Amino acid sequence: MQFMLLFSRQGKLRLQKWYVPLSDKEKKKITRELVQTVLARKPKMCSFLEWRDLKIVYKRYASLYFCCAIEDQDNELITLEIIHRYVELLDKYFGSVCELDIIFNFEKAYFILDEFLLGGEAQETSKKNVLKAIEQADLLQENFSSQSPHNCLSTP
Amino acid sequence: MPAPIRLRELIRTIRTARTQAEEREMIQKECAAIRSSFREEDNTYRCRNVAKLLYMHMLGYPAHFGQLECLKLIASQKFTDKRIGYLGAMLLLDERQDVHLLMTNCIKNDLNHSTQYVQGLSLCTLGCMGSSEMCRDLAGEVEKLLKTSNSYLRKKAALCAVHVIRKVPELMEMFLPATKNLLSEKNHGVLHTSVVLLTEMCERSPDMLSHFRKLVPQLVRILKNLIMSGYSPEHDVSGISDPFLQVRILRLLRILGKGDDDSSEAMNDILAQVATNTETSKNVGNAILYETVLTIMDIKSESGLRVLAINILGRFLLNNDKNIRYVALTSLLKTVQTDHNAVQRHRSTIVDCLKDLDVSIKRRAMELSFALVNGNNIRGMMKELLYFLDSCDPDFKADCASGIFLAAEKYAPSKRWHIDTVMRVLTTAGSYVRDDSVPNLIQLITNSVEMHAYTVQRLYKALLDDISQQPLVQVASWCIGEYGDLLVSGQCEEEEPIQVSEDEVLDVLEGLLVSNLSTPVTRAYSLTAIMKLSTRFSSVNRIKKVVSIYGSSIDVELQQRAVEYNALFKKYDHMRPALLERMPIMEKTATNGPTDIAQTNGETDSTILDTKHLPSITQPASQANDLLDLLGGNDVVPVIQTTVPTKPASAGGELLDLLGDLSLTGIPPMTAYNKNGLKIEFTFERSNPSPNIAVITIHATNSTEADMTEFVFQAAVPKTFQLQLLSPSSNVVPALNQGSVTQVIRVLNPQKQQLRMRIKLTYTHKGSPVQDLAEVNNFPPQSWQ
Repeated sequence: MQFMLLFSRQGKLRLQKWYVPLSDKEKKKITRELVQTVLARKPKMCSFLEWRDLKIVYKRYASLYFCCAIEDQDNELITLEIIHRYVELLDKYFGSVCELDIIFNFEKAYFILDEFLLGGEAQETSKKNVLKAIEQADLLQENFSSQSPHNCLSTP
Repeated sequence: MPAPIRLRELIRTIRTARTQAEEREMIQKECAAIRSSFREEDNTYRCRNVAKLLYMHMLGYPAHFGQLECLKLIASQKFTDKRIGYLGAMLLLDERQDVHLLMTNCIKNDLNHSTQYVQGLSLCTLGCMGSSEMCRDLAGEVEKLLKTSNSYLRKKAALCAVHVIRKVPELMEMFLPATKNLLSEKNHGVLHTSVVLLTEMCERSPDMLSHFRKLVPQLVRILKNLIMSGYSPEHDVSGISDPFLQVRILRLLRILGKGDDDSSEAMNDILAQVATNTETSKNVGNAILYETVLTIMDIKSESGLRVLAINILGRFLLNNDKNIRYVALTSLLKTVQTDHNAVQRHRSTIVDCLKDLDVSIKRRAMELSFALVNGNNIRGMMKELLYFLDSCDPDFKADCASGIFLAAEKYAPSKRWHIDTVMRVLTTAGSYVRDDSVPNLIQLITNSVEMHAYTVQRLYKALLDDISQQPLVQVASWCIGEYGDLLVSGQCEEEEPIQVSEDEVLDVLEGLLVSNLSTPVTRAYSLTAIMKLSTRFSSVNRIKKVVSIYGSSIDVELQQRAVEYNALFKKYDHMRPALLERMPIMEKTATNGPTDIAQTNGETDSTILDTKHLPSITQPASQANDLLDLLGGNDVVPVIQTTVPTKPASAGGELLDLLGDLSLTGIPPMTAYNKNGLKIEFTFERSNPSPNIAVITIHATNSTEADMTEFVFQAAVPKTFQLQLLSPSSNVVPALNQGSVTQVIRVLNPQKQQLRMRIKLTYTHKGSPVQDLAEVNNFPPQSWQ
């Protein structure tokens, strides 16, 4: 995987994970173009499209688009499963996740992603293990008292 | 100074902004506060500030002043700091800036940290954005961790190694020892990442590839266990055990089996098993099947397995899920060259996909359809493709039209079908056809001699409907110019002939000249067409008038043409019929369509706007030479060997047409030779534009009982003459006058001397060769005066 973007129906970026080195300007350009392209797709269209020399796999979950750019030899269908697994992890962690959770706890969304994928590939295929690792790491946070993800006072 | 506001507080505040300007203001205020906080080297709240900065960065605001702060966070002992610090590094730093190198030492320390979660953070960061320098420095640490028994770290180290290898391929060797027992792990995370690492190494180095081939049995075993094992809640996805691992193993097997018989054989069984046993009701099962199919097609699998794979793709095509259909079409496109027959079986399903709503699916279906067209299915396929051309997006039309032309050219079952198909494309997608199709189509039409009347009639009718599609208009006006006489004479055999008058035709062509829809190129076509009609129609005066009007046209091209045509009317009227005669059949050369037309009779095609191709109109004498050169292309030498009869026999006939009116000028024929049953008669035509050229046709007949084979006629003339022999109709003179061999001789006689000729005949008669020489002196005076 080269990068993953999460954005809302209005085109607002909620998460961006880049696995290839690009300048800020290039990232912005790619993001803008891709968001536009994906948002223009009609609901009946398939989840894959060719864009530049990459394959784009995207799926909409409620108000959020999950968009991955994969390479030619990568399997599109399993990428859909990867996206789905990530959503499941978020869901388990936040308890019925919604876009607001990801907005207000974006750093946690990143932490979870970084426990699931590394360098663009899946590092752990067991849902349980990913969540366990996150749980343990959360415990290590120094200001951990009664820290619950929904508690807006539990800030870094 | 009050404590900086908390992250979530900031987020909430910013979200209340109602305009972009308001948001910007809040952001600027907060950034200022953060900056001063950074300046004060505040350790307590650094983490909070950087987190806020990261949020603002995501909104699109600059955050580079936080880069160094991220490094300070990474260096901190607090886990929370490190977590945010590493996240900040991954988001804000990139390898272009030297700043990132300062991270190297911190990462090195953290790779050896006592807490595995800290080690994990550093491995993750290195594996995500480590530059080549960092990778070089830290590869050793990564390699150490690759050998640890801690599976949490081992899996991360494996993926980090992948990144190191991508950045610094030379370092690949150093990871080789550590890979020794990677696959013996029970932990799925380690297995998965190990397979990824092995895949990366095999893809990059053929040596590694051969080295790792021995792992095939082990991989097969692991895959088998995954399929056969019972329900494992930890790795289950819709009833399938660890699909991610299965897919990665299949991909590695593909690389290992490619081009290698033994490995391919070792994996045949497991591939068949996966292909037949995988549950296909959900996407996850299909993902595995997809990967399996790709592997089967790439390795040296037995044919039964390949057919199985293509059938899986065929089933995919019928799946309700459009993603599956898309993937199937993509894969079929890759295999259509190698497994053509197997893919043909699914042709009707593929053609149905032309009607899909998704653009990507339609495009793939179109490409695949063109790949599947052959002589047997051309009629049915073309119907579907033409229907598709009608209804598809404009982006497709050019490609589709080109594809249809190609397919029609290769597999047209009849000329009429070919022309009808071409007409259909021109009328439905006329504005989208490529520029080079116009000359190609003109050539096609010219060469379909028996269809001229039909074609010109249909094109005329199409013009009446619509003059906006330029390629159609150009082809139509060219045809009307050429075959206008057939149009008004109502001679169509293929369909009901229409009643059209000369004036109506000229109205249409003149309409094209004045219409706003016509491009300059189109106008040029129609002016030339009108001019050509001057030799086919009787309303010459009207044409003269039109031509003279355009002599003062603003368009330089039109003006030049009109002026030249005018000159043709005024001073060189005797040349007009020859110049504007029908086009001969064209030889198809790869790129030279238009130039051929220009060469053959001096008539220009509008795509070559070089009117210098018109023969020079200065002296009639040199004119004759020009014509000769143009027409023959052969050097004119006093005695000329006849060309081999395999040359297109049409050459002789066409040149005759070109040179003069078809009507004979009344010179009586003569017998040039009559001996041993072989009689050679000469008939004459005078070429009107140049009376110095005598065109003689010899007719050789054989009154004996046996054929005269290998018949060769040669001729020589005195030095003051020039002679050209064209190819004979055949080299067998049939016995008992059952037929004749004809051949054309052209003699140039500028000094109007008495025509004399020496002829030599060679042939084989009743098995023995015969040769004879003779003088021909009895030419009628009219032939050379």
